[in-house]
Amino acid sequence: MGYFNKNTKELPVQAGSFQGAVRLTFKERAVKDFKRNWTLYLMILPVIIYYLIFKFGPMFGLSISFMDYKPARGFFGSRFVGLKHFKNFFSDYYFGRLLINTIRISLFDLMTFPAPVILALLINELKNKRYSKVVQTVTYIPHFISTVVICGMILKLTSSGGGITVILSRLFGIKHEAMLNSVNNFLPIYITSELWATVGWNSIIYLSALSGIDQELYDAAKVDGAGRLKQVLYITIPCLLPTITIMLILKMGKIFNVGYEKIMLLYNPMIYEKADVINTFVYRKGLIDAQYSYSAAVGLFNCVISFLLVTITNRLSKKASGNGLW
Amino acid sequence: MKKYKSGTRIRVSRSEQLFDLFNVVLMFVLMAAVMIPLIHVVAASFSSPSAYVRHQGLLLAPIDFCLDAYRAVLKNKNILTGYANTMFVVVVGTAMNVFVTTIAAYVLSRKNVLWNNVIMMALVFSMYFSGGMIPFYLVVKGVGLNNSIWALIIPSLVSTYNLIIMRTSMAAVPESMEESAKLDGASHWTILWKIMFPLVKPTVAVICLYYAVTHWNAWFDSMLFIRDREHYPLQLILREILIQNDTTAMTAGGGDDYLISETIQFATIVVATLPILAIYPYIQKYFVKGVMIGAVKG
Repeated sequence: MGYFNKNTKELPVQAGSFQGAVRLTFKERAVKDFKRNWTLYLMILPVIIYYLIFKFGPMFGLSISFMDYKPARGFFGSRFVGLKHFKNFFSDYYFGRLLINTIRISLFDLMTFPAPVILALLINELKNKRYSKVVQTVTYIPHFISTVVICGMILKLTSSGGGITVILSRLFGIKHEAMLNSVNNFLPIYITSELWATVGWNSIIYLSALSGIDQELYDAAKVDGAGRLKQVLYITIPCLLPTITIMLILKMGKIFNVGYEKIMLLYNPMIYEKADVINTFVYRKGLIDAQYSYSAAVGLFNCVISFLLVTITNRLSKKASGNGLW
Repeated sequence: MKKYKSGTRIRVSRSEQLFDLFNVVLMFVLMAAVMIPLIHVVAASFSSPSAYVRHQGLLLAPIDFCLDAYRAVLKNKNILTGYANTMFVVVVGTAMNVFVTTIAAYVLSRKNVLWNNVIMMALVFSMYFSGGMIPFYLVVKGVGLNNSIWALIIPSLVSTYNLIIMRTSMAAVPESMEESAKLDGASHWTILWKIMFPLVKPTVAVICLYYAVTHWNAWFDSMLFIRDREHYPLQLILREILIQNDTTAMTAGGGDDYLISETIQFATIVVATLPILAIYPYIQKYFVKGVMIGAVKG
């Protein structure tokens, strides 16, 4: 009987009847909501605690960038120093180099953005579906090889006697030495290997968007005498644009976090000049030299810029095309 | 695209035929570019060290077939313990990930829950703004997870992206599916596991694989938090062997020491990658499906 009562009460309250006939104050609504949904809140409580500790905890932890944090003194015992660490970073000898390297590597990385789109379009144009499946299967493979192994392969193949070094020295006469020991080789190697590892996998999302395009659009275009090129230009690409925009915005958010895990595996002090980026610097300063506050300040600078980039791109794209993340 | 009605024969122009041929060839070249480095690795791992060192350029087949490198790799205890640790993280970690993500996704996909929007906004915010490396390190250390294998599991308990995928698919389940259970007085817990969970199993498979691959690939967190060698996951061991060029554990006390370390690295790559590539063809469709669910949300 008790069960029944509880549920007859619950059933009519479907689909947004909070704003029902009687207007309740927020407090009344909250109490009513809690009485009805407390089991749900209990279920999600562990996740909320997880987010508070491991996602929002570090955000509050960013306040150490305004202090002289000493582990021995603890979070509350450390001295407040205002913007000292930020000033130090902006006048750091390496500041310009880090900023330029981060931007350079991510800009070149951004230039590879159309590659998966083009790949998806080409796969879509393949007539033989068997063959197109094979192409997909093969190009996805590198996604399943771990970053450490990929970087290991790069280091082996570009070492002084490595296969790629030998071939390039025959073709272009480069020197027989480890390619990653000279500054100017880092960027091409990083970008090429990144493309090798991700182009196939990143094309999936466009392929799935392509499969969602209404076939009737193509039929209508054919009746109007549009060839395949025109169909791609006037139907396929416009239909892909929303997906492309979303992926671009997401990519903008990653610009300042450009593949630092991979860079850390590939670089060495000889090529810091072109390969050292903000996040690798944060790692060395913070976790090797234990300058927690200083590196947290650098990290905060990084986070704020990333966040701004996503927000600005999102706003621009909403204005231009009406598509956005939020 | 070839579903033309008979009679309305559409002329395939010469340039289009040419393009088709070009496209097929281009895709073949692309596949070759993906495969050749991988073939080189496998071929080199089966070659005799001295022949490999003398060879110039990329290999397409083993020269002077020899299994010495594999013998050395399989002797290496580090790789075995690394495998064991990684397996623990992948199995236990993924199970916990999926369990917790499913529960949270269920709650967040319910309608008429006052705080859901606020919670959702907070979670999405944490996707685009994070505390960064140093505060994260200090927090994980602060809760006492340093140098514990749990540091590789608990701090990455929920991925917001996977949570959103799961929530999207649960929100798509028609309400009528749960109504009879509600009338019978079933609790949310029962509805979730008895009704919802079986209905969203395909999505569960997808996020299961996403989490598992992330755990399998992770090396950075273990570099930050794990000090004792017996807790090293496979990727950290691989980093020593492949990136820091340390093959002493396998070459100690052999004759061809210096030379064999070359092919040992390739054999290590094969041993560490083969399992996941062997199951890849079977799980490929799930991965693709996951990307599509994500796309719907986007």
